[in-house]
Amino acid sequence: MSGHDHHHDHDNHFTPIEARVRALESLMVAKGYVDPAALDAIVETYETKIGPRNGARVVAKAWSDPDYAQRLKADGTAAVAELGYGGRGGEHIVACFNTPEEHNLIVCTLCSCYPWPVLGLPPVWYKSPPYRSRAVLDPRGVLADFGVTLPEGQRIRVWDSTAETRFIVVPLRPAGTQGWSEEALAAIVSRDAMIGTALPSAEARR
Amino acid sequence: MNGGQDLGGQMGFGPVRPEEDEPIFHGDWEKRVLALNIAAGAMGHWTIDESRHARESLPPADYLSFSYYRIWLEGLSNLLVAHGFATPAELEAGAPATPPLQPRRVLKGADVPAVLRRGFPYERPAQAPARFAVGDGVRTVVMHPPHHTRLPRYARGKRGTIERVSGCHVFPDTGAQGQPETAQWLYTVVFTGPELWGRDADATSSVSIEAWESYLEPG
Repeated sequence: MSGHDHHHDHDNHFTPIEARVRALESLMVAKGYVDPAALDAIVETYETKIGPRNGARVVAKAWSDPDYAQRLKADGTAAVAELGYGGRGGEHIVACFNTPEEHNLIVCTLCSCYPWPVLGLPPVWYKSPPYRSRAVLDPRGVLADFGVTLPEGQRIRVWDSTAETRFIVVPLRPAGTQGWSEEALAAIVSRDAMIGTALPSAEARR
Repeated sequence: MNGGQDLGGQMGFGPVRPEEDEPIFHGDWEKRVLALNIAAGAMGHWTIDESRHARESLPPADYLSFSYYRIWLEGLSNLLVAHGFATPAELEAGAPATPPLQPRRVLKGADVPAVLRRGFPYERPAQAPARFAVGDGVRTVVMHPPHHTRLPRYARGKRGTIERVSGCHVFPDTGAQGQPETAQWLYTVVFTGPELWGRDADATSSVSIEAWESYLEPG
């Protein structure tokens, strides 16, 4: 490590893309197209209010409450709204229930469609060519990239999100979770399990 | 359009590499790009489909090598210029050199929670009965439009089955071109792996797309 002093690295040391984004924002604010307070509120929403814990609550409730599971199956949008979730990037939600016979996997081959109100913003890999290209052609190979092997004989169903309908996978409730509270169940439901690239397990409980 | 975005079935990108404990954003500029895209969209001068078209119109080599927020940055910059809200020189300078256009709406900070919570529902009242019913066999059309479409190449000219009828939804192909909004019946159509990928494909896999009615013919 050099002893070089980095205290000056704020004002004029933007990367080219940082400089472009700052210029874009300055211009749009100066022209009156955007309200800076709105920009901050949008960022805050996706940093602190909307994320995969929302979806995990939906799954945990579906595991705990058969009536809720039925409502979620019948009308995903209405059922997630019962928990206060919905809106931008998830106006029309369909819940895909895994069964012992069939596993579900979500992708958007054409862009980055993802159920924002319940899972938040998508991870980089979800938006990137390796996943988008191969999820439809070789879904089991993609699962292998995540270290997931499905049980022998379980079919796999891939949902390509080509419309404004957004999908969330409801995984099978793992063995060893009898009697758990919804809160404890939600804690073992990962983002990837709700995309279909992971399987929940009781051991994930800390 | 058959652009860099239409990735289903392409090869050579290597394995998926999930990032452990990935942060929500990889730098402040990504936050600003997200927020600017949402706030600019809220002005009401282009549809979500036109913004997708702006992204997929990037040269494929750029589309495939840029990060997704970089793609959003390029798409938004191009939309602002195309709609007359900014000039390339202003984008470069970060300061106005021409009078602003009057946006239809400006999203205010106080309204953000309600606007995000409400979203922008895409279902519309039906003007005609649905042509297809659950269980019907269909064949997707073969087309290669130079404009935006949501029928991916890998699913064109394929036989599938209607699994769900989802009501009438805003039709992206025309809306992305700035034409007046129309809506069509939207269906979930399921294809077997071998129908899409040939006889060597995994017969225990299936893929569905969401298909607007004009993407489908009886089959």
